[in-house]
Amino acid sequence: MTAKYRFNEVPPSPSIDKVGVEERVARFQSRSIKTTAKMQGLKMALSMIDLTTLEGKDTEGKVKQMCFKAAHLHNGHPGLPVVAAVCVYPSMVGLAKSIVGKYGIKVASVSTAFPSGQAPLDVKIADTKYAVENGADEIDMVISRGKFLAGEHAFVFDEIAAIKELCGSARLKVILETGELTTLDNVRRASDIAIYAGADFIKTSTGKIQPAATLQVTYTMLQAIRDYYDETGKMVGMKPAGGISNAKLALHNLVMVKEVLGEEWLTNKWFRFGASSLANDVLMQILKTESGIYQSADYFTLD
Amino acid sequence: MSTKNNAWEYADSIENASHINLRKQYDLYIDGKWVKPSSNKYFSSSNPHDEKHIADVSEANEEDVDLAVQAAEKAYELWSKISAAERGKYIFRIARLMQEQARELAVIESLDSGKPIREARDIDIPLACNHFFYYAGWADKLEYAFPNQHKKSLGVAGQIIPWNFPLLMAAWKIAPALATGNTVVLKPAETTSLTALKLAEIIEASGIPPGVVNIVTGFGDTGAAIVAHPKVSKIAFTGSTAVGKLIQKTIAGSNKRATLELGGKSANIIFGDAPIDQAVEGIINGIFFNQGHVCCAGSRLFVEESVAEKVIRKLKHRMQSLQVGNPLDKNTDVGAINSKEQLKIINRYIDIGIKEGSEFFQTDCAIPTEGYYCRPTLFINVAQSSILAQEEIFGPVLTIQTFRTVDEVIQKANNSPYGLAAGVWTDKGSKIFNLTSKLKAGVVWANTYNKFDPSSPFGGYKESGFGREGGLHGLGAYLK
Repeated sequence: MTAKYRFNEVPPSPSIDKVGVEERVARFQSRSIKTTAKMQGLKMALSMIDLTTLEGKDTEGKVKQMCFKAAHLHNGHPGLPVVAAVCVYPSMVGLAKSIVGKYGIKVASVSTAFPSGQAPLDVKIADTKYAVENGADEIDMVISRGKFLAGEHAFVFDEIAAIKELCGSARLKVILETGELTTLDNVRRASDIAIYAGADFIKTSTGKIQPAATLQVTYTMLQAIRDYYDETGKMVGMKPAGGISNAKLALHNLVMVKEVLGEEWLTNKWFRFGASSLANDVLMQILKTESGIYQSADYFTLD
Repeated sequence: MSTKNNAWEYADSIENASHINLRKQYDLYIDGKWVKPSSNKYFSSSNPHDEKHIADVSEANEEDVDLAVQAAEKAYELWSKISAAERGKYIFRIARLMQEQARELAVIESLDSGKPIREARDIDIPLACNHFFYYAGWADKLEYAFPNQHKKSLGVAGQIIPWNFPLLMAAWKIAPALATGNTVVLKPAETTSLTALKLAEIIEASGIPPGVVNIVTGFGDTGAAIVAHPKVSKIAFTGSTAVGKLIQKTIAGSNKRATLELGGKSANIIFGDAPIDQAVEGIINGIFFNQGHVCCAGSRLFVEESVAEKVIRKLKHRMQSLQVGNPLDKNTDVGAINSKEQLKIINRYIDIGIKEGSEFFQTDCAIPTEGYYCRPTLFINVAQSSILAQEEIFGPVLTIQTFRTVDEVIQKANNSPYGLAAGVWTDKGSKIFNLTSKLKAGVVWANTYNKFDPSSPFGGYKESGFGREGGLHGLGAYLK
């Protein structure tokens, strides 16, 4: 289990030079991923997807369809992995669990008054308890960005620690909503707070705010994970979410994970993509790599 | 859920080299024509990656150099008098032709010099083009660059360039000389003549009057003949300090002007309040860029003691992700050492370092069994008095020293016969200004390293040379 720290034990965060980060990210993007490495990377990316639907208009029918797709990405192509998890609102957790559980696919539930987090702690607690009791394997909570920006970092820390206690065996992903934190220095500080407060994963975004999972932001968060690992020997997972809609961007994310954290993180236990449309582009690339020809988008199911 | 350990290696991604167009044998480019060397001697230019022969290159002797200087002298009569706008036109034309052939030039540069295709493609070639574009723009604006000074061109410029940035150095030398109305005799380094010869073809295609640019290939004695030639008015040299001193001796008592851009042992200084991960990246760019074959390489690292352990740990981790190998692989970060001789020199320094007993670290990456390769190397806790911290190694070898106070690090950084460049990493603006004004180095980078731009002057203090190249200062060096 995660070691327990107090807020005053969170080490000072290093400053982040945005220009330097952009240069480093450009280097990752210049990596040329071809042939066998590309195919391996694409399949790895598929197995790391948290297939997501988080809309007010979600219905049971919609969730059922997505859950079926999670286990049957492309029936015309045998040997493909299943996705890592489906990510839904708490009200859909029980339903999702009943469908995907038997495939070893996890059910992640957003929580703590997602996406804004603008609710008192007891509401957030009730929200999380409900999701856990309905069988969620993973809890994707949001931090209180307003409090963070107001400088009340201890409040943010305590809230995460409180939710972590409710999770039991469910793994906790902490969504920083980096698009609202505005600076990489803030992203780094929020990452450190989340990790020391007990996050099993840190996650960039809700998908409701732009910009979401930029490579710059993900790189900054990966460095926080690396530093924590160097200090404590404990691994924390990473989930960029929102805006990763094509295979190339997914591969560049994997390149970053490999070079910043190492290959131990290149499994869906430690790395996830939060995405709704990524899977189809990756599938299209896999089929193109094998046949040499792009197929029409009509051959890939929209669920 | 899958928890297996996924090894994910980048597959080979070799840049296609089938499109390049090289002759089997290159003559000398003199007076707009390709001329056989009078000695009829040729030498082989080979690929440091696999030691394979690429093309034969002429060895110019004194007679050939004389021919080239005469051609340049004759062409000067015309070139110094045609309208400045006309000069600019030809220089722009060269720049555009280079851009059109950028891909071919990048592949040849990588093959011939051993530098990674990524660097040749993204740095060397675009920057070389930009130098021509930049100076082309100045050609008809010299009166605004130096108002009321009535500057005049010098005559024939003898230019001798090194093997670390072959085409880029040719551009640094030729572009400002032409923009100011001088004519040129240029000698590339013997291990890397090919892109200069491709540039000769481009210059030929540009229609510039014959003799304005002459390119003679050869070894040290070819260069010596250029330096000693009485009709050469200006020497522009980039290379080792030892040769720079020889040049100084040769031209003493003559009217020849000189700019010398020589060696370095530049300090890269990391303070505790620096953005650490970006500083680590700056260390990597400072010393492993172009296999460390960079005169301004950040080869002496100074780290504030409070963060030394962390910086070194992060640096070692980052170094492990450097891909060392075939320069033509698009994923290669560190390519081949330029020549067998240079590899010997580097290995000799590594042996000295090991004998001296500093902590030694090399990455575990596999390196090719043939060709000239050296793993990225660190020596940690090196003393200021160590040979490794004093002499220029010109390879991927970094020495690390720690410091406690600002005054101490300024003193140690300046305690070197060289003074080419320095890097300062800190979040505090006031600290940057304090150091930049006290470090005796021609270039001081703040929170970055190895950044070049045609508009920015470059050059050294002390034994790193004198004179500036790039920017307005670079124009001034070709005018009286």
